[in-house]
Amino acid sequence: MRDTERSLQKKRNKKGVLPFEIKDCALIAIATGIRAQNLRELRDRLVTTPPGSVYYHFWGGLMAPRFEEPEFNNDFAAWSRHGLHDHVLAERLAVIDPTAFPDMEALRQELIEVIEHRLDEVEMVPWAKVDHQFYFKRSKIVIFNTKKDISNPSMLPTIMPTLSQGSIFYHFIDARRRAPTGVDDFSAWLKGFGEQYAALRKAIGAIDMYFTTLAEIRQRLSSLCTEYLGGAGA
Amino acid sequence: MKGIERYADIAGKDVIEHLRQLGAILKGVKVIHINSTKEGGGVAEILEKLVPLMQELGIEAQWEVITGTDEFFVCTKSMHNALQGNAIDIPERLLHLYEETNARNAERLREKLEAADIVFIHDPQPAPLLKFCPKRQGKWIWRCHIDISRPYRSVWKYLSSSVQGYDASIFSLADFAQHLPHDIYLVPPSIDPLSEKNIEIDSKEVASVYHDFGIDPEQPIILQVSRFDRFKDPLGVIQAYHLVKKFVPSLQLVLAGGGATDDPEGEAVLSDVRMSAADDPAVHILALPPDADRTINALQRGADIVLQKSLREGFGLTVTEAMWKGKPVIGGDVGGIRLQVIDHHTGFLVNSPEGAALRIRYLLSHRDRLEAMGEKAREFVRDNFLITRHLRDYLAVMVALIHGVGERIELG
Repeated sequence: MRDTERSLQKKRNKKGVLPFEIKDCALIAIATGIRAQNLRELRDRLVTTPPGSVYYHFWGGLMAPRFEEPEFNNDFAAWSRHGLHDHVLAERLAVIDPTAFPDMEALRQELIEVIEHRLDEVEMVPWAKVDHQFYFKRSKIVIFNTKKDISNPSMLPTIMPTLSQGSIFYHFIDARRRAPTGVDDFSAWLKGFGEQYAALRKAIGAIDMYFTTLAEIRQRLSSLCTEYLGGAGA
Repeated sequence: MKGIERYADIAGKDVIEHLRQLGAILKGVKVIHINSTKEGGGVAEILEKLVPLMQELGIEAQWEVITGTDEFFVCTKSMHNALQGNAIDIPERLLHLYEETNARNAERLREKLEAADIVFIHDPQPAPLLKFCPKRQGKWIWRCHIDISRPYRSVWKYLSSSVQGYDASIFSLADFAQHLPHDIYLVPPSIDPLSEKNIEIDSKEVASVYHDFGIDPEQPIILQVSRFDRFKDPLGVIQAYHLVKKFVPSLQLVLAGGGATDDPEGEAVLSDVRMSAADDPAVHILALPPDADRTINALQRGADIVLQKSLREGFGLTVTEAMWKGKPVIGGDVGGIRLQVIDHHTGFLVNSPEGAALRIRYLLSHRDRLEAMGEKAREFVRDNFLITRHLRDYLAVMVALIHGVGERIELG
């Protein structure tokens, strides 16, 4: 049952901020059955593939088998390099910042634009071997409440290192897609306390989440919480 | 310490807590896994561990096995091979036996199957059970462990009529799947770090295993563990060894695999391998019994480099096992090996014996890189291919099937 306004009121602190509810999630990959063997097919499939698939190929990698030093931040760039052997396209796709787009539709249009530009440039359509095709995937995300919460930012240095990678994904990565402001949940919550934690929010906002793993993001967040709030984090 | 907590030191306490939280959502859910054997083979090996772990999380998990005559298993073996691409026509009589065997097993299991909330049917052997359980209450999942990306079409057409009615399928990789009219979840396989094949063993035991086979553990060793099968390219491994031997005279090669079986092709390959090795005393061909898990563990731990120079591969769990032991792997650029061997980071992907030889020489002459790659390989397995991740994926699939149809399923 959802909290009533009265019970929510009780939970608010003096500044009117609710405790930070720690959620966790598990992301499970699903094959769409859609695949591409050359660049034109990739463009055509991108037009019709579900928006969730674009999301998965940018962010799902963080929850899927992923190497600690990924060469590219999205699967389209990686395939352009390793499947199509088109280094130029790979570089262009790799610089696309998914957070710069209001939604997956806009991100999809940008991908299509970059690919069409490349198709105009090349004399032959780049193609991949049959065992190097691009398989479009999407995902389902299962979100659950851990029944733990943080009532005061001073608890962050202790709690942050204990969070699961699923919690980090949900609150730090997935939040940007969920929240209209496009910021992570930690920063959004800290903002409720006014300017007191502005420096910490700024530092959290500066974490580059592309070339890393969730474990590294957790470690970075923990270090920042300790640095700015003191305590036993990191 | 017992059960799931034993994995906390290896996978991390946060991972175990995550599993407990996810498991709590499924408390009391009735789950049945069905396959065709209790012993031997990767499926039984993983179910033996996963089912008790599910039970510990509060899920009412059970594991049942279908039974059949030798002829039934001849039929399902042919089906297995055909699904992997061999042009094998299965006689009508055997297909009839296949259906009849499933119908008979359904008689025995129907009550449980129809009452279960989730039924996992592993591989093709028990696939037709679904149609013999018309009053089923729960969700049925077909878990396909094999690569059916390029099946012999007539056999796939026949089998697909049995699996189309399932609520979902699970494949190990997107590349392995066929189109089906339901959600196809992707769950890579895993290894159990606490099994005999992967558990930590001390260096004395490792050295003793090598001594027993007349191999000098103090000299460089390259190892490939695989069946004697042409797709595993043991002859290519020997060729690579010969190319390196000129530069590293003390090099030893160990090819460890199953012993001679009733598989005539396997025997022919083994014979070719012996001929290719000639009388080189530094090439050791070990035909090991099926229960030699601890021996394989020791061999992997004692090797400097592990090879898996396959020309065609499913997922390649021997790669995962070697990486878990901190070994860089030189693997063929095929199948699931690509998902594990991150070129230049956890090992090297190669396309020829020459390529394998070059990488072996490089690693043997750059011991620091060899060590660093091995360490990265182990961490990569820790993050991605342990049984705890496998369990999490199964739990997530179950929650998704029970609780929602959308892309986001928010609970609690």
